[in-house]
Amino acid sequence: MNAASDAELVAQCREGDQAAWEELVDRYARYVHAIVVRVYRLGPQDAEDVFQEVFARVFERLGTLREVDALRPWIAQTARNCAVDSLRRSGRDVVVEQLPDEEIDDALAKLDEALTVHAALDRLSPECHEILDRFFCRDESYRTIGAGLQLPSGTVASRIARCLARLREVLEPGRNPSATASGEQVGKPR
Amino acid sequence: MTPEERIAELLRELRQPPEGWVDAAKQLPGLRHELETILERIERDERFRELVAADLEAMLRAEGVEPTPVLVAHLRRRLAP
Repeated sequence: MNAASDAELVAQCREGDQAAWEELVDRYARYVHAIVVRVYRLGPQDAEDVFQEVFARVFERLGTLREVDALRPWIAQTARNCAVDSLRRSGRDVVVEQLPDEEIDDALAKLDEALTVHAALDRLSPECHEILDRFFCRDESYRTIGAGLQLPSGTVASRIARCLARLREVLEPGRNPSATASGEQVGKPR
Repeated sequence: MTPEERIAELLRELRQPPEGWVDAAKQLPGLRHELETILERIERDERFRELVAADLEAMLRAEGVEPTPVLVAHLRRRLAP
């Protein structure tokens, strides 16, 4: 089943569809988290407050979003505003001034790219999706993944490499698969 | 950096936030009515406002509203100066 587009999700949320709202949160939770934690480097308590504030604003103002295809940049801007407000509230205006706009823009562009890559995980097999998500996004060790998926640790490493190569094929559909890098060097044993 | 390493680097950018944060955000639609009702009362009733400021959870219980962590967190955020 194909995932709903952002525009479809927005339309469903506006009709009060709880499942659509949950999907929207799932789709953008990591993105918002990365903006507040990685780009603005807020501490855990402030980060949680800002995270909730962003989704509260998105929920309350979804009806005002004019271009429903612009959900991603709108959420990014909302997260940016909320993070800056939080830094100012805590008296860290200096930190805000020391964050050059260009640096923030570059960091957000990288997160946009990361979101596209992450969304492509949905087009892999559930097994590949899970192993890549556990290793790269949840920081689980080979041992933990092996125990969770009932695989020997050595198999975990090779499977991650194979799944990463498949993800590359999904992202670059016109590419010659024979040119696939082995990917064996990705990820060090933990 | 190989293309696979670049993909790995990008995957690492989007870590999973704590499940509790995500669950709280998902519960927002269901909380909307309770939140708005309480906030409206706080706005028009000074005594209620003082009691809420003194002990939010106890006040919610007295009003017959279960002070779930998510509701309390959202209310605190909305009431923050």
